[in-house]
Amino acid sequence: MLTITMAIFIPFLAAILVPFIYKWKPRMIGWFVLIVPLVLFAGLARFIPTVASGKTMVNTIQWIPSANIHFTTYLDGLSIIFGLLITGVGSLVILYSIYYLSSRESLSHFYVYLLMFMGAMLGVVFSDNMMVLYVFWELTSISSFLLIAFWYHRKQSRYGAQKSMLITVSGGVAMLAGFIMLYAMTGSFSIRENIAMIGEVTDHSLFIPAMILVLLGAFTKSAQFPFHIWLPDAMEAPTPVSAYLHSATMVKAGIYLVARFTGVFGGDAVWFYTVSIVGVFTLFWGSFNAVRQMDLKALLAYSTISQLGLVMSLFGLGSAALNSGYSENSVFYAQATFAALFHLVNHSTFKGALFMVVGIVDLNAGTRDVRRLGGLMSLMPVTFTIALIGSFSMAGLPPFNGFLSKEMFFEAMVAVRHLEFFSIGSWGTLFPVLAWLGSVFTFIYSMIIVFQTFFGEHQPDRLDREAHEAPVGMLIAPSILGLLVVAIFFFPNVIGDYLLRPAMAAVYPSLPQIGQAMDPIKIWHGPNMALWMTVGVIIVGFLLYISLNYWRSLYKIGPLRWNLDSVYNGTLTMVERGSTLLTNTYMTGYLRHYLVYIFGFFLLTVAGTMFIVGGFTFDFSNDAPITVNEYILVFVMMVAGIVMIFVSSRVTAILLNGVLGYSIALFFVVFRAPDLALTQIVVETVTTALFLLCFYFLPKMKKEKVVRASKVTNGIIAILAGTLVTVIALAVQGNKMFDSISSYFENAYELTGGKNIVNTILGDFRAFDTMLEVVVLFIAGIGVYTLIKLKARKEGRDVED
Amino acid sequence: MKINDVILHTITKLVVFIILTFGVELFLSGHNNPGGGFIGGLVLSSALVLLFLVYDIETVEKGIPLDFKKVAALGVLFAVGTGFGAVLFGAEFLTQTFGKFNLPVFGETELATVTLFEVGVALTVVGTVVTIILSISEDV
Repeated sequence: MLTITMAIFIPFLAAILVPFIYKWKPRMIGWFVLIVPLVLFAGLARFIPTVASGKTMVNTIQWIPSANIHFTTYLDGLSIIFGLLITGVGSLVILYSIYYLSSRESLSHFYVYLLMFMGAMLGVVFSDNMMVLYVFWELTSISSFLLIAFWYHRKQSRYGAQKSMLITVSGGVAMLAGFIMLYAMTGSFSIRENIAMIGEVTDHSLFIPAMILVLLGAFTKSAQFPFHIWLPDAMEAPTPVSAYLHSATMVKAGIYLVARFTGVFGGDAVWFYTVSIVGVFTLFWGSFNAVRQMDLKALLAYSTISQLGLVMSLFGLGSAALNSGYSENSVFYAQATFAALFHLVNHSTFKGALFMVVGIVDLNAGTRDVRRLGGLMSLMPVTFTIALIGSFSMAGLPPFNGFLSKEMFFEAMVAVRHLEFFSIGSWGTLFPVLAWLGSVFTFIYSMIIVFQTFFGEHQPDRLDREAHEAPVGMLIAPSILGLLVVAIFFFPNVIGDYLLRPAMAAVYPSLPQIGQAMDPIKIWHGPNMALWMTVGVIIVGFLLYISLNYWRSLYKIGPLRWNLDSVYNGTLTMVERGSTLLTNTYMTGYLRHYLVYIFGFFLLTVAGTMFIVGGFTFDFSNDAPITVNEYILVFVMMVAGIVMIFVSSRVTAILLNGVLGYSIALFFVVFRAPDLALTQIVVETVTTALFLLCFYFLPKMKKEKVVRASKVTNGIIAILAGTLVTVIALAVQGNKMFDSISSYFENAYELTGGKNIVNTILGDFRAFDTMLEVVVLFIAGIGVYTLIKLKARKEGRDVED
Repeated sequence: MKINDVILHTITKLVVFIILTFGVELFLSGHNNPGGGFIGGLVLSSALVLLFLVYDIETVEKGIPLDFKKVAALGVLFAVGTGFGAVLFGAEFLTQTFGKFNLPVFGETELATVTLFEVGVALTVVGTVVTIILSISEDV
């Protein structure tokens, strides 16, 4: 039996195995990887009946209990939809990629990143603990960075990868801050507990900031205006990646977050307005800009932006249902959420298929530029059919699933006008207008995809390759998606009953009965407002499409040309220039300057703090008497220290330094700390040897001509730093601020079976510290190694500047 | 750097074994007496450092054909892995346990899982120290 925790880790484990399988059977690697999402999909699908009957599953593994961070996985209606999309579309994408990527590519990297991404996405949607969710969230950003930069020798790929990473990671950090604020309010990192408790703290001063910060995370991830600018550049990734990350999964993590946190923040006016307005504007802006794209993939990127905006706005509108308790009104508003979930699934099917189609056209015709394409219908009949299904579904035409969810979308938008709270007034009319306009442009660009690529005149001389149909294997994945598009139209309530209704209960945890109250999805719902809007979309869209050549130049007019990319680029250049300037001023290349900064800072902050809090109080009454041995040792150390300043040979200085180290070891012996003494002796031996090794080859020490003034400054700082440390050491004796923690270790023998308390602390009580220290040590070692050994080893591949 | 010194060579051959034995002893006795993974590892690596100083790197590498980067990596994996071992048994991450066992030669002996963790620590220390020293000395 597959548990959800296992489902998250399986992709990561598989990722570790990939390089080995790749060595063994490089050509079969894709098929091996394909097993992972297939198994996961099947495993998750088995939970559908359980979830549909209203059950949820929670599984907790203690991770860092002291910080309230547990690895809690949670399976409910909402997470299972996403889980199925991630693994289902994941399987199809991997199947497609087997044929798409040539075996000359570094396939093992590709699949490692892809599996990493898949695991991270599953982690995001199944985690109940916000900190764990955050970890996986950023992991999706990192793995998608690696995937976008897969063809890293291209400048544009690196640019796109960096852009997506910068934007999504900064959003993620904002989200982290929001999570911490939530924790401050409710004292729990668990999303479910937060939902249960949030009613008590909605008046908290942190409530709105936390909401905005969490929304920043969601908006950056799902490319909402004005953070949408990274998505078109992310199209530099190989097409399977675009199909997977940028239509079906990663960008939907933001949607997931909004859906999941509707239970926390929903019902508040700020949430309602922010989510729905940003969403509906993104819908309009994305579709408006999609029309002017000449590259099919860029067109799809903008179309994804607009469709995500559509889903986002629906979740925003649906959150109104939480404003009052369960009533006829709340069911009415919750229709929007139902539509959102439905469109989410539909979008994954038709957009996934369209991306794959564009990949096929790109690969088999050599270009994605619509100006050069045309007349491919007879050459690529299967691809054409899938493109037709996908585009018409996207445009919202029957008999495809996009029609159903778009009708529901229109109904929800029209319903906003009747809202009687949040003082929406006549502003509510703006929603259906923007939504309708967005849909008109959606219709236009959907037609561009089909007609400009597959109809018209075929111009073989303008293509890089002779166009022909793709191999059968490559057509399987998009065909399955195309079939789904049609199947969902005819049997929408299969999805509605088994996935969407349970998910409704997850979005509205306080209104569990709301999912069942939804009307079944109807293919024909009578001549209502929504249908007339669709008819309008078709007529106006058709007219605008025919006259495209006459008004496309509109995009070249002033304010429309202004774009956010230049803002992003400008900011980036400015930040780079600023930090270069700053760095150049303080990075002089002289170690002694850095030491001056470090010690100066240390003196200011520590001495300042001590002074302000009145830390300089001394109490020597409890001190032990000082013995002769100790006086001798101190004397030896002082002599060694003072002499070290005046010696002129490096070796002498190192040896004197060694004297200091060994004397400290002797101190440990005197104070009966054999463990420390041993460690100190060995460390001292090894470092002295290391120093000797390094310095043996350095040129003779030159008498430096140091300006007197700087010598004086250095002297003063050195003396002050020494004094401060001494004073602090003495003051510590006099200030018993905290209780001793020694009682914690007193019964070490009974607890750990070890008589050496130092080691029981290191290995048993504070093992986490030790483990991290070991990791740090290792990283330091590898750092030294790479710094010295791997001097600019050029790869064979040419890398553009 | 090759030092041609017969006395040093001869003594090193002897001393290295004493240090190595001492390192192992320190490591094993760590649970009840001074010692443990960190110190044990350091002592072991100091023996190796001595070898590198007295003989040249090639000779030592012929005798001890280990990639110390991998030793360090193995150590880290060990240390982190034993932490996850506890999770498999339903305990918290990095929980250690111990028990007394009757072994054929040693009689009643106490075995603790913390030793496995310490093995990781020791391997990391040896691997890292030797990697750093080798990198720096080979660079010249």
